[in-house]
Amino acid sequence: MTTTPGTLPSLDADEIKRYSRHLIMPEMGMDGQRRLKAGSVLCVGAGGLGSPAAMYLAAAGVGTIGIVDYDVVDFSNLQRQIIHGTPDVGRSKLASAKDRLTAINPHVNIQTYETALSSENALKLFEPYDVILDGTDNFPTRYLTNDACVLLGKPNAYGSIFRFEGQASVFGAKDGPCYRCLYPEPPPPGLVPSCAEGGVLGVLPGIIGVIQATESIKLLTGIGEPLVGRFLIYDALKMRFRELKLRKDPECPVCGAHPTVTELIDYEQFCGLRPEPAVPAAAAVESSDLAITPLELKRRLDAGDKLVILDVREPQEYQINRIPGSVLIPLGEVPRRYAELDTDVEIIAQCKMGQRSAKAADFLRTVGFNVKNLSGGILAWIDQVDPSQPKY
Amino acid sequence: MNKVLIPTPLRPFTDKQEAVEVEGATVGDALGQLTTKYEGLKKHLYSEEGKLRSFVNVYLNDEDIRYLQREATPLKDGDTLSIIPSVAGGRG
Repeated sequence: MTTTPGTLPSLDADEIKRYSRHLIMPEMGMDGQRRLKAGSVLCVGAGGLGSPAAMYLAAAGVGTIGIVDYDVVDFSNLQRQIIHGTPDVGRSKLASAKDRLTAINPHVNIQTYETALSSENALKLFEPYDVILDGTDNFPTRYLTNDACVLLGKPNAYGSIFRFEGQASVFGAKDGPCYRCLYPEPPPPGLVPSCAEGGVLGVLPGIIGVIQATESIKLLTGIGEPLVGRFLIYDALKMRFRELKLRKDPECPVCGAHPTVTELIDYEQFCGLRPEPAVPAAAAVESSDLAITPLELKRRLDAGDKLVILDVREPQEYQINRIPGSVLIPLGEVPRRYAELDTDVEIIAQCKMGQRSAKAADFLRTVGFNVKNLSGGILAWIDQVDPSQPKY
Repeated sequence: MNKVLIPTPLRPFTDKQEAVEVEGATVGDALGQLTTKYEGLKKHLYSEEGKLRSFVNVYLNDEDIRYLQREATPLKDGDTLSIIPSVAGGRG
């Protein structure tokens, strides 16, 4: 990013034609386009945010685009991950993304890394790149990306999405705040739902991912005012952007004056996700005592046992599929509606995959109910008992 | 009157409302009213010891209350409070 014009790569006739709408703008010009060609961006994740970001970065002529991902393309990705198409379902996201980016612009060098970002590989992966574009989907990787950027002194074009709301900023820039200045600690596991649980409007990552690409291009070319020290919040339903001030925290454990985090740590543990060694045993206890399998539930229903199946999903999920005869009380409403349930009857709590219903079961037991959690939720029920119903 | 803007992940605890009207002399008063009205929000905003949780940011207009007088920050009529939670989605 600090390359002087003399050492920048030149543009050939094809490139000049391709980038002509950039070249005629005084802010960009030949020098700006050559800076893009000399520049590199690493997209962490080729999903909702990484898809549109990488496509625009490729079209704009960023010289090297790296992508880190390890997933395969699934049908449920296509509503928002526009780098992948229907024929790509089942392919690796990296192979699919590379084909698409090369088709958009063969002048761009695409580097792919088929791995999960980890404390062991993050510094090595980030090192060759000028800008890191955080398009990940979980707290441990968010903190890992932030810390690695701060330790290496690289800017992080950050974006995050949930349902109809998005957030964007540039963290880790010189003298600017980092993610930990805003959020020193992660929320406890399970408090904030993921997109897989909460859903996301398909175009939302398009808006936020393209903001991240815009910031990356500004950082590489040095034009404009980067989103450093500002936190942009976008509400798609209101169609409203808000900007909040973000300050560098002098006490920040990673970018403050006296950092306590000076190397990458165990981020799963930091986010409270590292399972205790005792968990396999505890899970075994749950399976016998506090949980029930779909086949066992079917057997007991067929035997005429008196049970209430309590579905704690949201009404819109209940419209997609349900266990016949189940009662719907969304998890958020259980604490004030549990009196609707009969304490004398055994309750089988159920959700999509079993996590929300485990929380509901824990709560209901504290107020005196006899509750079992349906292992694997309705998805396991459909797999094992009733394949006629659609899955989501 | 003051408005508290509720982010999407916390709306299940405010009867799906995106903004709640409160009236308080300070930020702490206003948040106290909010969590009295919506009991379920309390554990998301405050720790067992009654302190604001560190993964919840509260903004008065466009400024972080940590850089004002935290919960003692006085409120003027028409000031807007925002709760800014951490959100991680993007790749999946």
